[in-house]
This record gives sequence, C-alpha cells and structure tokens, in this order.
Amino acid sequence: MALLTVQGLTRRFQGLVAVDSVDLAVEPGTVHGLIGPNGAGKTTLFNLVSGVLAPSAGSVRLGDQPLDGLPPYRRTALGLARTFQNIRIFSEMTVLENVMTGRHTQLSSTWGVLLRGSGFRAEERQAKAKARDLLAFVGLSEAADARAGDLPYGDQRRLEIARALACEPRLVLLDEPAAGMNPAETHALLGLLRRLRDERGLTLLLVEHDMPLVMSLCDRLTVLNFGRRIADGTPAEVRAHPAVIEAYLGTGRHEVSVSRGAVS
Amino acid sequence: MWDALDDFYWTYQSLIHGIGVNGILALSVYVVLAVGQLSLGQAAFMGVGAYTGALLSVKLGAPFAVSMLASALVPALLALVVGGPTLRLTGVYLAIATIGLGEITRIVFLNWDYAGGALGLSSIPERGGVPAIYGTLAVLLIGLTLVARSRIGRAMEAMREDEAAAGVMGVNLPRYRLVALVVSSAMAGVAGCLSAHVSSFIGPNEYGFETAVTILSYALLGGIGSPLAPVLGSTILTLLPEVLRPLADFRLMVNGLIIVLAVLFMPRGILPWRIARTG
Amino acid sequence: MLEQQLVNGVVLGATYALFAIGFTLMFGVMGVINLTYGVYFALGAFAALWSTQALGLPIWAALPIGALIAGVIAVILDTLLLTRLRKAKAPELASLMVTLGATLFLYAGMAAALGTEIRRFPAEIFSGGAYSLGDVRVGTTQILILAAAIVLMLALLALVRGSRIGLAIRAVAENPDAASLMGINGALMLRVVSFLSGAIGGAAGVLVGLNFNAIQPFMGEHMMLRGFAVIIVGGLGDLRGALLAGLLLGLAEVLTAAYLSSTLKDMIAFALLVATLWFRPLGLFGRAAAKRA
Repeated sequence: MALLTVQGLTRRFQGLVAVDSVDLAVEPGTVHGLIGPNGAGKTTLFNLVSGVLAPSAGSVRLGDQPLDGLPPYRRTALGLARTFQNIRIFSEMTVLENVMTGRHTQLSSTWGVLLRGSGFRAEERQAKAKARDLLAFVGLSEAADARAGDLPYGDQRRLEIARALACEPRLVLLDEPAAGMNPAETHALLGLLRRLRDERGLTLLLVEHDMPLVMSLCDRLTVLNFGRRIADGTPAEVRAHPAVIEAYLGTGRHEVSVSRGAVS
Repeated sequence: MWDALDDFYWTYQSLIHGIGVNGILALSVYVVLAVGQLSLGQAAFMGVGAYTGALLSVKLGAPFAVSMLASALVPALLALVVGGPTLRLTGVYLAIATIGLGEITRIVFLNWDYAGGALGLSSIPERGGVPAIYGTLAVLLIGLTLVARSRIGRAMEAMREDEAAAGVMGVNLPRYRLVALVVSSAMAGVAGCLSAHVSSFIGPNEYGFETAVTILSYALLGGIGSPLAPVLGSTILTLLPEVLRPLADFRLMVNGLIIVLAVLFMPRGILPWRIARTG
Repeated sequence: MLEQQLVNGVVLGATYALFAIGFTLMFGVMGVINLTYGVYFALGAFAALWSTQALGLPIWAALPIGALIAGVIAVILDTLLLTRLRKAKAPELASLMVTLGATLFLYAGMAAALGTEIRRFPAEIFSGGAYSLGDVRVGTTQILILAAAIVLMLALLALVRGSRIGLAIRAVAENPDAASLMGINGALMLRVVSFLSGAIGGAAGVLVGLNFNAIQPFMGEHMMLRGFAVIIVGGLGDLRGALLAGLLLGLAEVLTAAYLSSTLKDMIAFALLVATLWFRPLGLFGRAAAKRA
C-alpha cells in the first residue's frame, strides 16, 4: 500500500485553480519527485498535504489514516514532516535547540517542566542526545551551539532537514532542498538524501528544479503543469513523455531541459 | 541600622510596592508576547482582579488567600470568553478584542454601584504587603524561567519566530495561545489584587488604555529574551519618574515614546540576552 | 417617538460608519491596525473648532479644513512610524505596537497642550433651527451631518471601486510586489490611502464633535472601541461592511439608550464585537482578507 495517497486534490484561489484534481501515490521507501515549471502548483500541493492550506476538494491519506481537516501539528504527530522552500529555521535559537524543537511531539512533560523530576530530566537528556545524533548525521555537529541564523546558507538547509527528521517522520516533504546551493553543496545534499532513503528507510517527496539531482535521485516522478498532473512514472518514462517535453520546452519557462541526463 | 531601613521603607513604601506589582504585570504581558501574540487587556485583567479581590475582602470579609485565588480565576475566565474565539485567527484579532475589553471594563466599573461606581472602592484592608508581592514575583520568575528552559519554552519561541514552521514541528498553536492568554490574565489579576490590598483604594479609571499601554512598554523596553528582561524594564520605568522628577508630568508621553523607539530601533530591548531553551 | 429615535440613530450611525470606513480602508490596504487613527479623529475636530472660533468660518467650510489637516498629519505620521517597518517586512503586530506607542504619546501630548476640558462649537453654528415632520424634529445640524457623511462615504466608495486610482489602490492592497511590477507607485498609493483615511477620520471627528457638541483630546480613544466593533462586524478591510455595521451600531445604541438604559448603550459595541468573534469571526459578509493561522 502507498504511504501517501492523494486523490482529486484541488485548490482554488479566487478563480485561479492552483492545484487541479491531482492524484498522487508515494510508495514507502522511495524518493518521489514532484516537478514542473514555475507556478505549476507544486508548493501549493505541499501546503495542502502538510495542512498549512485547506483544500477546496479532494483527500489526503498517510498510510490508512485520512489527514483531511487535521491541522499541521496533528499531521506531524502522525508522521509527516516537511521543509520549506524559503528556509524557515528558527534563526534566533541555537542549532541544537532548533532540532530539539523538532522533537516536540515526541516529548510529553508538562508539570515536570516546573517540578524538574527525574522523568523530565531523562526526557530532556534523551531529546538532546537524539538531536546531537541528527546533527552528526547531517554533518553539523560542530555548529550545535551556534545561532542558527548565523549559519551559511547550505548549512541552514541541512539544519532544516535535521529538524524535520527530529519529528520521527514516516514521510518527509522537501520543498526545493537544493535551491540556492552551489554544485558542491548540491552534491553533498544528494548523498544525504540517498542515505535518508537507504540507511534510514525514509520515504521522501520532493519538489526540485535541479533536474540532474532529480533524475539521479528519484525513484518515481510526478509532473505538474498549470495545477494538473501531466505525467507520472520512472525518470526515464517521464523524460520521454511528450507532454513533459512540451511543458518544459514549449513554454520556455525553465532553463534546464529534462533531457540533459543525470549527474554522476 | 534597622531604624534607617525602617525609615527608608516608610518613605518609599509605595514605590517599593509599585516595583514589585509592575514586575508581575511585566511578566504577565511577557507570557503573551512570548508566543507571538499581543494583549492590550492586561490593565483590564488587573482591574478585574483588583475589584474581585477587594470586593471579597471589603464586602464579604474573605481571607486574603481566597481573594487572591478568585482574583486569578475571574480574569482567566474573562480571557477565555473574550480571547478564546480569536485564537484561531491572526494576532490582530486578539489585540483588538483586548483593547475593547479595556474600554468595557472601565464602563462597567464606572456604572457598578455595588462596587462604588465612579467613587471606586475604599478602605480595602491592608494585606499581603511586601512579602506577598515579592514572593509572587519570585515564584513567577522562577516558574517562567523553568518553563523557558524546556520543550514548552522551545515551542513558545518557535511560535514567536515563525508560526507556520512551529505548527509543522507539531506545536498545537491554538492551545499554546490559549494557555498563554489565560495564565497571563491570571497573573495580571493577582497583581491587581496585591496592589489593591496595599493601596487601600481602587477606582474605575486606574485600569484604562494608558495603563495597558504602559504595561506593554515594560516588556518592550526590557525585551523578552528572558523573564528577567521585562522585570528590568518595569523597574526602570517605575523608577524613572522618581529619579527624574521633571519627567513625572510627561510619564505617559515618555512611555509612548519608549514603545515607538524600542520597536523601531531596539526590537530586543535593553536586556537582549537570550535564555537557553534546554533543560 | 420611535421615528424620532430612528432619525437620531441613523445620524449617529452615519458618523460611526464614516469613522469606521476610513479605519477599515487603512487596514485593508496597509494590513496594519493603525491606532493613531483615533488621533486624526480628535485632530480633525480640533482643527474645525479652531476654524470656527479663530477664523469665524461657517461649519461647512470648517469641515474640509479639519479633514485636510487630519489627512496631512496622517501622511506625516505614517511616513515617520511605518516606512521603516514596511521595508523590513516586520510582523503586523510590530506595526500595531508602534502606532500604539505613538497614540499614547500623542494623546498625552494633546492633553498637555490643549487641556482635557470639553470644548464646544460657537452657538451660532447651531442657529439653523429645525424642521418638523409630524412629531419628528430634524435639526439642520443633523441634516448637515447626515448629508456630509453620506456624500463622503459615497465619494470614497466611488473612488476606490470605480476610478483608476482606486484600481491601483486595490492592486497594492492585494499584492504590493505584483502591483509594483505592473508599474504602480506603491509608496505613492500608500500615501494617498493614508491621506484619504486620515481625512475621513478627521471629518468623522468634526461630525461627531458637532453631533454631541463636545470636543476633547481623548474623544478618539473612546471612539476606537466603536471603530473596532464596526470593522470587525463589517469584516476587516470591507468598506461596505463597515458602512452597514456602523449604521447598525448607531441605531442599536440610540434605541437601547431610549428604551433600556444608557449604561447598556455603551456596552453594545463590545457585545457586538465579542459575539462576532465567536460566531462570525470574518464579519457580516464573511469574505474578509483574514488569514487563518
């Protein structure tokens, strides 16, 4: 069974249909790419799935759990995490605190916060240890106590991923994780995302414009144009799909042609 | 030595009380600001607490502990009724609803004959005093520091920085806003009760718009990086007119100016130090 | 008797509607609850008072002077207080707090400079007498207030909904960045809106001051509760909603004062505000630009 099932998802903004009855199925343990020209509705779809926006129609399921109508925090507790297109780390907090904030739904102490009993202290210690593990995993151990806003751009992206992982997700939505990265950073990111799938068994759904990255990383692709799904399949299938070539080349809105092939 | 201390206390009694009470008020508005909301109802909550506590003491002869408890509960209830519906909306709605609350409580006290109407309530028994005021302030300072250094403090700061991102981290935004507002109103109510029982008189015009804005200016001057900052802000603003006598007549203008300058040029306050968010 | 109350209610409601329409315009375009609006209200009234007293002008000439001065001051204050925050794309509550501090400063300053006692227009302003229609008496001042409020509101609606400037203003309200891409001078439009809403607020101050014949520095502060109630009931940023809700509040207040009690009258605005928040948070027409968190 698919881990994420999206059926007939639609969102209208004052006459404009940003997402138009889109179907999508993400299989567990895969990296699923969501591509399409600018304005195709990819980020809107992410906002609908993560609950930041309410859909006009359609349904979203995580496993066999319907997510419809649930606020974002409930979806997080059910195993959905995400990153944002324009990085949204908590820049005043330290790097470690950012990741610990991601542990929010895993922690439960309330009165213990005031009483400081052993339960609270153990929980806090574990949260800290777990956060340090995640920082090590994304390669940010050194920066644990730095102010998050002071990190270089690429590191902020990695921090955002670590923070999403701290939510103990089953599915992570990554919104343009490579945006603004230089080739070396992108290459490192590719390795990190692969390890998420291969070492941690995570399922990823990502929006990305960096076609070489998408082609070499994704197991499956869904292509949106003007809010509609125009193709779905393996990278090779999608690359050969006439509607996709039309969408990218026909509009001239994107600088990278899909047929350019994979990065090694 | 003791005589000197005694003299000092009697000379500056009301100032000493004022610093403590204003410190509690500063913490009460800090709690709401710390989750990224704005309440302009702190003066109203304070007034409701003051009237609740004073009425219980004067009319029913209730023990001080009962007055204190009631002065926390009644404003909290009011916060639920007035602020409750705004918590799913943007912060502007809470700000508007609480400004409205300030104006309406003034009208109610002014016209409520049982509570003295325009004349206010007088001969409130002297209770609590310095130990109760500073004890409450200390308990709140410690409590809020512990809360700041925990998952709750992290969630609060996350909300203030970026609500959408905090929600995606699993923070139940409406509940945090609600609890913050209710706790904050209870704190302001207690401050009102404590202050009423050291000043022997309260009136309907003490808890208006100017007081609400002054309370806000405490936290904006001090900052909200730690619970200590708003208390520092309130202490400075309470002492200022005493130290600079000519300023006393322009106290409200100074407070207004401080808010403008703090938001524009010093958004972290004069104590920008930020408390660690790990326990 | 009821007819008389209805007439009084409509006159009062028209002034509330006028006050609120400027307030909600400011929010709708700038996205900021600008509390200095109450100051423009009082300044407009004082400027008109001064024109009638010191210059001996008739009220129909004093009204535009009050509006003009309030509008100019609105533009100056908006530039001083909010430009910096707009550039930094600061959160809306920061803007609200700045205007809050400025409001406290200005009220206290006005109280110090002008005194807090209630001032009244010269008696000859009200010498026009009254018309009787059966049992209903309508003063010439009331007719002037109603006519001025209606003309100003219709003019504003026509400007915003039916002119090129209005189109540009609405574009800036909708999306400032996109508007500037289309060649609209966003900063200029914000100034135009500041001026318009400040002038409307000032005019409302003149008319309300005239209606009660009472002017003092804090009149704006007390009016703000009504302003908030009206813009929330009407829906934040909704001009027609504000118009309707303003009339409604005026009628409700007058009828309550006449048939129930005058204490209750002052609570109606707040009761409407809280009831709206509970049951229809987006206002009468429910399509206001309120973002849900």
